[in-house]
Parts: sequence; C-alpha cells; structure tokens
Amino acid sequence: MAAPCGPDVIPGAGQERDTNEMCSKKAASLAPLALRIVAECPVTKARACDLTLPHCVVDTPVFMPVGTQGTLKGITVDQLEDLNCQICLGNTYHLGTRPGPELIDKANGLHGFMGWKRNLLTDSGGFQMVSLVELSEVTEEGVKFCSPYDGKEILLTPEQSIHIQNSLGSDIMMQLDDVVSSTVTGPRVEEAMHRSIRWLDRCIVANKNPDKQNLFAIIQGGLNPELRKACLEEMTKRDVPGFAIGGLSGGEEKDDFWKMVTLSTDYLPRCKPRYLMGVGYAVDLVVCVALGCDMFDCVFPTRTARFGSALVPWGSLQLKTKQFAKDFQPIDADCQCPTCRRHTRAYLHALLKCNTAGMHHVTVHNISYQLTLMRSVRQSIIEKRFPQFVKSFMKRMFPSSDQYPRWAVEALASVNITLD
Amino acid sequence: MKLEISRVVQGCRLGTLTGLGKTGQHSLETPGCLLYTRCASVPHLTQDTLHTLTNLPAVTQVTLATLAEHQEVLEEFKEGARTFAGLHDTVVYCSLHDPAAPSPPGYTTNKTVSVWGSGGRTELTVARFMALQAAVRPDWYQNMADGETGQENTSRKRVRKAVDRTLSHLDECLLLHQKMPELRGAQVWGVVEGGDVREERVRSARETAKRPVAGFVLDGFQSGAMGDDLRTQLLTATTAELPHDKPRLVQGVGRPDEVIACVEAGVDLFESFFPYQVTERGCALCFSFSMETDPEQAVLDSDKEKTIPEDVVQENGSDGGGDGPGKMTRFEMHLRDKRYREDFRPLVSGCPCYCCRHHQRAYVHHLLVTNELLAGVLLMLHNTAHYLGFFRALRRALAQNRLPDLKQQLLQCHQGH
Repeated sequence: MAAPCGPDVIPGAGQERDTNEMCSKKAASLAPLALRIVAECPVTKARACDLTLPHCVVDTPVFMPVGTQGTLKGITVDQLEDLNCQICLGNTYHLGTRPGPELIDKANGLHGFMGWKRNLLTDSGGFQMVSLVELSEVTEEGVKFCSPYDGKEILLTPEQSIHIQNSLGSDIMMQLDDVVSSTVTGPRVEEAMHRSIRWLDRCIVANKNPDKQNLFAIIQGGLNPELRKACLEEMTKRDVPGFAIGGLSGGEEKDDFWKMVTLSTDYLPRCKPRYLMGVGYAVDLVVCVALGCDMFDCVFPTRTARFGSALVPWGSLQLKTKQFAKDFQPIDADCQCPTCRRHTRAYLHALLKCNTAGMHHVTVHNISYQLTLMRSVRQSIIEKRFPQFVKSFMKRMFPSSDQYPRWAVEALASVNITLD
Repeated sequence: MKLEISRVVQGCRLGTLTGLGKTGQHSLETPGCLLYTRCASVPHLTQDTLHTLTNLPAVTQVTLATLAEHQEVLEEFKEGARTFAGLHDTVVYCSLHDPAAPSPPGYTTNKTVSVWGSGGRTELTVARFMALQAAVRPDWYQNMADGETGQENTSRKRVRKAVDRTLSHLDECLLLHQKMPELRGAQVWGVVEGGDVREERVRSARETAKRPVAGFVLDGFQSGAMGDDLRTQLLTATTAELPHDKPRLVQGVGRPDEVIACVEAGVDLFESFFPYQVTERGCALCFSFSMETDPEQAVLDSDKEKTIPEDVVQENGSDGGGDGPGKMTRFEMHLRDKRYREDFRPLVSGCPCYCCRHHQRAYVHHLLVTNELLAGVLLMLHNTAHYLGFFRALRRALAQNRLPDLKQQLLQCHQGH
C-alpha cells in the first residue's frame, strides 16, 4: 500500500497545510489504507479524497448506508453495487450476538457471509449496548450488560470488541469507547474521555490484523471544548489509520454539535480520514463536509424509507399520505435511480399498503439520494465551486432563507460561506 | 390468441399459447403458470430483483382483490394497471380474488360478490366489476363469479345457484364488454363452477363453452376443497366438456403433485401463488425435478432436509393481507430451523437463481431468525425460479414421455418425513 500522505500523493491539493507533521509516514504505511487528497476547497475546510481500502477505493466525502445485521434492509448486494455504494456498515453488537463471530469466521468474514465485495465498516458494539440495553454498567474492564436474548450477564471489553471485529473482517473497525449521552455534563464526561483513550490503547494492542483491518479512534469529550481538545491531543499521538468524531448526534443542541465538529477537524491530522458518526440528514451532511469531515453514517435514510418517506432536494415526501394517491410523477423527476425511472408516487402509495416491494423501492431511492448528494458535493469540491453548491443546495432545501436553521448559517459562516 | 397443442399424453396437453397480448408478440408454453403479484408487483421484489430471473412467464396475474381499492386512481390514470405498475412488456390477466388470500364466506349475494384487499371489503356488482376491469385494462380477465361452494356441506341447491349466478354474471359481463372501449382487444375467460357436484360441473362447463370466451377458469378446486381423487374425477368430467382449442386455468392449485394431477386431468395453466406461500413461511422449495440427478442421492438429500419441525405451523406469519401462508409441504425446507445455522451450501445446489448464486443457507437462516426483509426477497427469488423450473421440467417430461419418472421423483419427497 502506498504511503498515505505527503506532497507526492496529493497532486490536486491546494496549499500544503502544516497539519502534515502529525502523520507518521513510516508507521501509517503499515495500515491497509491510503488517503489521497484530490482537492481541497479554498474557502471552507471541505476536501475530496480517494480513500483506498482493502476492497476498493472510496470517493469521499462519503455517506455509508447502515446494514445492521449483515443486510441492508431488503436491498440485495447487487442493488447496492448498482447504486455505486463503495462502503457500508455492519453492527458488531447485533452480529456478535446473532449469528456470532465464530459462524461469521467460518463464512470468511462478514464479506463472505453477506456476499458483499466492497468495503465494510463495523462499529464497536458499545453504542448499542448503552442505547439498547437499559441495564448496562461501564467499568474500567468494559461494558457490563444483560443479554436481551437470554438475560445472561455479558462483559464487552475493548479486547472482545476487537476480537469480534477481527472475526467480522471489516475494512474499518472502531475502537470500543465509553459512550455517554451528549446531554450529560460533569465529571462523567471527563471520565469517559480518559477511559476511551485507555480503551483505544487496549484496542490497538488487541488488533490481530493490523495489516488487513484499519482501527479508527473515536474522539470523545462531550460538548466541552477543553475535554475534546485534550482527547484530540492524546489520541492523535497514536498512530491509528483514521479518526471518528464520536459522542455527538445524540440529541444535543445543534449549536454545540457543529462547534464540536469544527473544533475536532481543526485538530485532526490532514492526511487521515475523518468520520463523523451518526450523521445523515442532508443539511447536516453538507454543513459538516464544509467543516472538514469525510465520512458519515446514519440509519435515518433507510429507516425513514420503510415508513414511506422519500428524500428529495426540497425535503421529503410522505408517500403514504393521501395527497400522493393520484400523483403520477416520479418521486423526483431529476433522480436517476431505478425507482424514479420506473414508478410514480401514486403507484408507490398503493404498493406500500400491501407489498414490501413498496418499501424496497423507497429504500433504493433514499440510498441513491444520499450517495448522489455526496457525489455532487465531491464534484463541486473538485471543480472549486463548493461554496456555490452549498448556497444552491440550501436554496432548494428551504422555501425561503429565513427558514435556514440558524446553526447551519453560523456554521457555514465560520468557514466563510455567507448565505444570502 | 391461439392454442397449439403439440402432444396429448394420457390426458396431459403439451402446447403453446401464441399471439398473446395486444400486439400478439408473446407466447406461453403449457402446462405453465402465470406470474403471481400483489398490487401488480411480485411480492417482495422490485423490477430489478425480479429480472435477475430469466424465463419469466409472459403473463402476469393481477387481482381485483388488491386493485379494487385503487379504482379511482386507475380511472384517473387512464392507462391501466400494467403501465401504472411499471410492468410494460407483459400480458396481464386479471382475476377476481387473490389466490393466496382466500375471501371469507358469507358475503356473496344474487347480484354481488366481495373482494378483500388491504383496505377491507369491496362489494362488486357486475357493473362495478366491469368498471374496474375498464380501469385495470387487462389483456385477459375472468368474469365475475360466485365461487362460494368450498365449504363442507354446501347443498346441491347452493351449488346449482352458484352455477346459475356465474353464468348470468358471464352474460352480463360479455354484454358490457362490447360497450366498453377500454376493453377493446381484451378477452374474457369464462369461470366454471359446480362445487363437488358432477352434474353441475358438467352443466357449468357446457354452458360456459357456448359463450364467446377465450379460455376457461376452473374454480372451486383449490387445495383442501376436496379429496385428490374427487378432484381428478370432477376435473376430468369438466375438461371433457370443454373445446380442445381453448386453454384451461385452474385456480388455487399450487403444490407440485397437485399440479401434475390437474395436468393429467386436462388443465393447462396455473397461478403461481405457491412460491409466495412457501416464502411467507420462511421456507425454500427444494424438491428435485431434474430427472437427471442420481436418484439415490436425491433420496439421501430429502432424508436430511425435509423433516418438518413440529413448530412450523405456529410460525406462520402473514404480511397484512389475507390468511396465513398455510402448512408446510414436503417440497420445501424450513430454513429457519437451526440445522441450517452453519450450512454454507446454496439453498439448492446447481440452482441458477440469484439467491443460490450469491448466498448460502446459513445466511438466509440468519435473515429469517433476525426478521430481516431480505429473507423475503431472496426466498421469493429462489422459490419463483424453482417453481418455474418445475414447470419446464414438467413440459420436458411430457415431450419425452417421461412423466412417470417425474412423478416418481416427486413421490420420493415423501420419504423425507
């Protein structure tokens, strides 16, 4: 694998920034990942990169659809490939429970088990434990919880999380972090931040496949800038192939959210990918690309599809509502997805009532919407017109500029985009 | 439309329906089946996934049961259910009921029948029925019929009434058909009733055959309505009254062994709701029909795989409309069973369907136990492919005088449990 950073592999990049000294070329070259910065927006912090992973190159900025249990909600892997999806997610907590790491090992990893030839990212399992299992307890050793399947007490340690993710064989693994709700304040947040750093070190040691699987660190620190900075400073000392910004998207104020994002990207090394966890609304994606993030994931587009909600450049259509019963237009006349090329809103409205194919059509459309949005974002960065793209995107999304969310206006202003 | 019978072997008719569709470019080999849909789409499948299958039937069955509630929409749309559903290149046959969701009895009157969709019951007079057909714009449709003779102890009198009503509905349909420009070029199939009364069956067949119908729909023979022998006798008596040059479609019969029995009694066409029912109970069709595999191996395989677990009957989930998917048959494997947890073979080795080319039993098992939607997609693809393969094998067996071999192979499925 080529050295991931240095001027020789960044032909399209603008001025060199001084963040490069944070990269250790020698050690990072061992990781099965290379990031080539194709273009950087001269106005904002946005960047377009080619992220080379073991199974294929990923064009960033990228949205990664979530396939929780080794399947993307009714969509076949061929359909996903046809939508040009280059990376999707699996959840360690779910897959570790059913069918379990031993079985997936035998099936040649999650790729073999689900028949997916491109890249996979797996989370650590910690988030689900805290969010899905009420009776969980975090100790220095790990996360203790009662299995919802048989009530047995289980301890998920950083070592175990990595062990499962090694079995899954994902291209990108996430460290186990100590997740606290983003609305919690006080000493618990600091404790979680420090513990996440200690757990990162344990995860790095536990990784049996550093030559095949990339381990990403997760920046914690809640909504406290000092804690975030401290976490960034410590974690960026470790030679990990990439970083995630964690502990956000959990119901905090958007004002706090974007400030933590932009603070994180300020301190993260330029030559490593930055993954903003749990973000998937179109406006959030566009703003956070402007703030310098490369990768995103969220269950929202696929979950909302199953309720009949189709994403469009001006918001969403609730296809199950009566108003679409006789609407013979496609979801979005400009959309090139298989659903929009063949079906009308009226037919989808009818189909959603009695055939799961209705949900699959909307899921295909919504994934296509997310991936197309990110491709347009990338293209505009490469063509040096990202700020104009953001402006017209916002114009299309909101009926008038006084409806622009304040946080988005401020976040964009912080990276030199003034919305009209 | 023209039916060319190339061969009749012990009552079985091997043939081709040609000149189908409004431009006449389609054909359908018989014995054969139609493509089953709900709201004009194959359950679980988008057009992209459906068309990973090759050799799909040229005729798609849509049902008034799933379309009736969209009458106003179709009327405003004006181009019919085919275009509405984005089907384009297929012949459309419109039936009254959804064969996978039998209607509850007790809602049929002298002048009306009722269909049940996701929005509940729709009561149809002949006028409403025909207005619906004008909105659906099928290439073929059955006339409105009183098929309420399936219960035990249905009296002779009730059966006679069903035959009379159905004939009178047919005459009214044919009359209105002439007056409806939307149905120009469409063809009416006459429904033959008669319950389990031989004389009524014969009368219904004879009278229907006198009308200008394109083909015959044999109603009331669905699985469980009567014993196999009685069905064979009645079907044979019925088809004997029907002209040779018109196709006969039997409703509600899907099991492979029952399909063969009906073919032997002179039936040409079937609905393909059976693979859907198998899918809904988390099962995969796995019976052997190739007539080329080592028979001993086939027995061994069936020994291993087809033991029906006791809990299967309770596990029947339904997807909203209609009844549950029924009991497991010996032609399928219950993939939810834990024995498939670590089984890394395709559902059926050598099967060319998308599911078998890309996935393994262990994966489909996982999708089933985690209630993932992809389970339905993959099983529907496999079961449809397997079922269509069975019909191809059946035609080949007839062409090669090897029907007994095929029947023997199906019988071996018995030995599994």
